[in-house]
Amino acid sequence: MLRFVVRRLLQLIPTLLGLSVLLFIWLNRLPGGPASAILGEKATEAEVARINRALGLDQPVYVQYGRFIKRLIEGDLGTSTQTGQPVMDEFLLRFPATVELSLMAIVLAVAVGVPLGYFAAKRRGGWLDVAAVSSSLIGICIPVFFLAFMLRTVFSVNLGWFPSYGRLTTGINATEVTGLAVLDGLLTGEFDATWDALSHLILPAIALASIPVAVIVRMTRASVLEVLGEDYVRTAESKGLRKGVVRTRHVLRNALLPVITSVGLLTGSLLSGAVLTESVFTFGGIGSFIRTAIDGRDYPVLVGFIMFIAMAYVLINLLVDLAYSLIDPRVRVH
Amino acid sequence: MSTKTDKIDRLAELTAQQESSSGASLWREALKRLRASKMALVGAWIIAVFLLLAIIGPWVAPYAPGQQWRGEVFVNRAEFVGARAENWFGLDHLGRDIFSRMLVGARQTLLLGVVSTLIGLSVGALIGSFSGACATLGGRVGQRIDSVVMRCIDIMLALPSLLLAVSVAAVLGQSMTTVMIAIGVVQIPVFARLLRGAMLVQGGSDYVLAAHSLGIRKRRIVLTQIMPNSLSPVIVQATLSLATAIIEAAALSFLGLGNPDSAKNPEWGVMLTQAQNYADSAPMMAVYPALAIIITALGFTLLGEAMREALDPKLRG
Repeated sequence: MLRFVVRRLLQLIPTLLGLSVLLFIWLNRLPGGPASAILGEKATEAEVARINRALGLDQPVYVQYGRFIKRLIEGDLGTSTQTGQPVMDEFLLRFPATVELSLMAIVLAVAVGVPLGYFAAKRRGGWLDVAAVSSSLIGICIPVFFLAFMLRTVFSVNLGWFPSYGRLTTGINATEVTGLAVLDGLLTGEFDATWDALSHLILPAIALASIPVAVIVRMTRASVLEVLGEDYVRTAESKGLRKGVVRTRHVLRNALLPVITSVGLLTGSLLSGAVLTESVFTFGGIGSFIRTAIDGRDYPVLVGFIMFIAMAYVLINLLVDLAYSLIDPRVRVH
Repeated sequence: MSTKTDKIDRLAELTAQQESSSGASLWREALKRLRASKMALVGAWIIAVFLLLAIIGPWVAPYAPGQQWRGEVFVNRAEFVGARAENWFGLDHLGRDIFSRMLVGARQTLLLGVVSTLIGLSVGALIGSFSGACATLGGRVGQRIDSVVMRCIDIMLALPSLLLAVSVAAVLGQSMTTVMIAIGVVQIPVFARLLRGAMLVQGGSDYVLAAHSLGIRKRRIVLTQIMPNSLSPVIVQATLSLATAIIEAAALSFLGLGNPDSAKNPEWGVMLTQAQNYADSAPMMAVYPALAIIITALGFTLLGEAMREALDPKLRG
């Protein structure tokens, strides 16, 4: 087990190295080169020349790359051209908001998607099945930002049921512990803050969950259909086991394995979605920060974010593989 | 002696199997299943209408996409011109006929979807088939090459598609071509992985073993046996990719990286993005392009899913 984890973590190194090469090439290919990446596009020629000298761009490429890597390893992602603050600090500041939103979206997606997929498969061809399959097909076809926008227009602006932007109402008294606003409220007993944070969270989370929920419904449905046809399910049923036992111990337990994998693989699309939904709801997480970074061509921020996402993706999928071995004793990680 | 006859028997069995499940009949059978599928029917109709609009749209559009109604260019947000006899969908924020722009936009949107999918498909298939061929016939060195290529592909897969597209757009500058390339690049790893995976599965199948034992050269097996049989998931994916490309293009334009020349060459994604600024006073302005995007994407998704089901050997009755 430990060896598996260590080996998988070691596999991160070539991935990140490869990525850093790509990013290095990318930065050098940008119109104006790295100088404009640091100074922005409005830099004067004198400034560019100064930066080029300071960055050692007159030196061979491998020296430049070595320097780039050294800074990355030290966790120095450079300075945001927009805020003038170190990129790392900006990320740490905004990270909890995005984690909270993504967690909420995944929880929603699993809570809705798994039961829906299960019952759709159980009554294959019935109205629930048709409804579940068609709504999941439509779900992946709605642009996330449009869905977020419609939710905001209808439920916040017109009906006024939910706040339309931010994470907390200004002026509300909330103590920060973990940075996850809902959890903080529960920990400190400030339940009004919890409620407030939840009401801010619900619409963006629904918008963000739209694609994961569609994927999970279809994954669960397909997988349950397959398991239902297995001999061991028929055996269990003919043994006279209670329905609930067959459902949880035989069907769901086996059917959920591919679903868990797909949840891990959804990380990437979740973060793309976060960029879109957060900017519609001005949520204040990494997503909306990236949106402004794209607008302002804030390249250090983009580079940092890409490295960060690749790492998160690999780590989350490692966790998924570990979860696999806990649920399914047949899968042993070596 | 007996083992030898066993082998020959087995070979005969395999050739028989191969004949019964040869390429043509697989496709014929899939087509039959596809015809019977309601999902495919709905999808095909949507696509047919979309194609028709894309072809004739710019000719039948009542007005030029950039033409502005003088005097009716909006002054304040309450003065949007809604649907009326001469402008079926009303006028947009610059006093242009939305219906005409939608019709012209159909062609742009189709072009964008097809070109970007072709980029992803051709480059991805090239990488995938190279890697798959290396893995199936290259021995140890080939497998090494395959694994290096696949690690690179995995790196690309680890990045959220939208950010990958943004990075490409940042290097190439802003244009319609950039949008196409950016979305195409995102599809490359998907196609590469898919084709390679399919080739590996086919490479381990009985008819390939049979071809080997008949003494057919490895390269020939890959080209004539493995490749044609590995293409079906790629074709399915290409259909689904057309839907993703259209949605992704809308997201790119939402991030400010869409087609900059949207006055004369409107594209649905750009129209949707622009309309959102006026959603409070003219919600329909956003609803038309949004519905067009959703329905078109749904058409490709339905057809793609139906094809996937038709080609899935597990579901074949």
